[in-house]
Amino acid sequence: MSDESSSILATTEPSPLLLGHQTYTTVTDHISDIVLVRKTGPGWILGFLVCFAIVNVLMIAVAYLFYRGVGIWGIDVPVAWGFAIINFVWWIGIGHAGTLISAILLLLRQEWRTSINRFAEAMTIFAVMCAGMFPLLHTGRPWLAYWLLPYPNTMGIWPQFRSPLVWDVFAVSTYATLSLLFWYVGLIPDLATIRDRSNNKIQQIIYGMLCLGWRGGAMHWQRYEIISVILAGLCTPLVVSVHTVVSWDFAVAIVPGWHTTIFPPYFVAGAIYSGFAMVLTLAIPLRAAYKLHNLLTIKHLENMAIIMLATGLIVAYGYAMEIFMAFYGGNPYETSMVLDRWFGPYKVVYWMLIACNIAIPQLLWNKRVRTNVAALFIMSLVVNTGMWLERFVIVVTGLHHDFMPSRFGMYYPTIWDYAVFLGTLGFFTFMMFLFARFVPMIAGFEMRDMVNKKLGRQGTPTGMAPANVSEI
Amino acid sequence: MANGENIYGLMAEFTMPAQVLEAGRRTHAAGYRKIDAYSPFPVHGLDEVLGFKRSKLPLLILCGALAGMFGGFFMQYFANVIHFPINIGGRPYDSWVAFIPITFECTILIGGLTCVFGMVALNGLPQPYHPVFNIERFERASQDRFFLCVEAKDPMFDLAKTEAFLKSLNPFDVYVVPMGRVPKADRAELTEHPE
Repeated sequence: MSDESSSILATTEPSPLLLGHQTYTTVTDHISDIVLVRKTGPGWILGFLVCFAIVNVLMIAVAYLFYRGVGIWGIDVPVAWGFAIINFVWWIGIGHAGTLISAILLLLRQEWRTSINRFAEAMTIFAVMCAGMFPLLHTGRPWLAYWLLPYPNTMGIWPQFRSPLVWDVFAVSTYATLSLLFWYVGLIPDLATIRDRSNNKIQQIIYGMLCLGWRGGAMHWQRYEIISVILAGLCTPLVVSVHTVVSWDFAVAIVPGWHTTIFPPYFVAGAIYSGFAMVLTLAIPLRAAYKLHNLLTIKHLENMAIIMLATGLIVAYGYAMEIFMAFYGGNPYETSMVLDRWFGPYKVVYWMLIACNIAIPQLLWNKRVRTNVAALFIMSLVVNTGMWLERFVIVVTGLHHDFMPSRFGMYYPTIWDYAVFLGTLGFFTFMMFLFARFVPMIAGFEMRDMVNKKLGRQGTPTGMAPANVSEI
Repeated sequence: MANGENIYGLMAEFTMPAQVLEAGRRTHAAGYRKIDAYSPFPVHGLDEVLGFKRSKLPLLILCGALAGMFGGFFMQYFANVIHFPINIGGRPYDSWVAFIPITFECTILIGGLTCVFGMVALNGLPQPYHPVFNIERFERASQDRFFLCVEAKDPMFDLAKTEAFLKSLNPFDVYVVPMGRVPKADRAELTEHPE
């Protein structure tokens, strides 16, 4: 029987989201060969080792923190929330783009999400891991972190459920759990593909166990599709709720610059903004390193740039309203805080934030910038920096300059603050390196489904193959 | 092999989704009921042509989500109102509005867990071994081929007749699937056809 030739029965015509002539077989090969066939190159090993070294910096910084306590950080009265909270908000915000891509764009039937959802979800999980470390470290006694959870205890006390900080515990842990499950469910059919393509006994056993013995039966797929949609429906309000709850940590307090009702929407928009920037920061090198240009096209990058531009404008609106309300509201503490941001000791940080988050991204209106890979990569780094600075401005300027001049004070991060932050960046990249090597980084079954739809659309009635294959 | 003994069923391989859809429809129309189809991505309508009903899973998920909602609310009510009431700024103990965010998160959490574990459990997973894996070519069910399997349990199953019927559906090939695990070295024989 003419077997292998039959896989070229029908190929897709090139389209902006799927370049080249693709079949079920070509997309499957392309995605799974990265895990199974491709040699681990020197670039991967070098990058992996560098990241591993930075993970060790994290280990040392955390070990010393446990030994000495949070006093090694720059936090003090009045600025008791320093890098730990800045980094927490920044990392959790980055995670939001992954859920947006996998859940909201799925419900909106945006076809272009298919190539990017897998590693965006992975990014979410690793970002939430980094985020989760910070509140625990910031408690000072992380071995008592379980006190945050409601459990019957001999002290007879419970968490104070009226506090946004406790809401945060529930929001973030729910988010971490569901992101992980959503990602894993998406992986099951692709892990089965890896199991079936592998020639190595150990790989077959490991991937066979991980895919739970998936075999793609009709009823299995039916249930699978049902839960994909329902999970997306559950994750959509969840992702909005998470950063809303994070913003309440600030907005419920009476600190000037925090106590404002615009925080929830503008935190959520900012989260998506920084998240898409991080997806671009990861997608562009992965695309180049693994030659994914046919599956991850310039159109995908451009769409992400457009979302960045849109959410960036919402963030700009948030800043503008904050300033407007400070003056229009006539509260002297609010006004004084805004003037302090503009002209006070942290003015450099503030104006850098405005440059990175508002001014420079306006270049994205230009299509030439949106379709230039190098420019987009730089832009994504700029926005990531800008969003980190935004959290710095929110956390620090509010606290350092509140109601009484006798309470004014400065915040100076120490080397240990930087070490922990750098360490989580290393940990995040370290996990991404492992992910790219051992897990199919593009959703194979969804790509095959897309090939199928494209074949149907271009008039090859989905798979109306000639009556007898051997005739070809 | 005698009819039905030590045989899981007969499996036909197809190259395109439309073929397996048509084959599934005709197999169901011919009266076969113990049938299943395997595909590398969800082929829409395949479950319907094979006569599978819509899963009750969404109802289960609703129950899970409601359990999370009431459980989450009661957890807070019990802790802050019944078991250890604390007066904070003279606000009522039962300040239920403040309990909504956690109630919401618990709804989503338990609903989501029911989704995933419900799907896995109702699909009978994890199941690392299944007779269909005896067919070497079945490894392409997760890549680029489509399979239709008629089980020997089916009352209409007859090795010769069913095989002839499946062959009439214009498959790429038809294989006999043995019930027990076949050692890897012997699997090639299962798909060989002495002409």
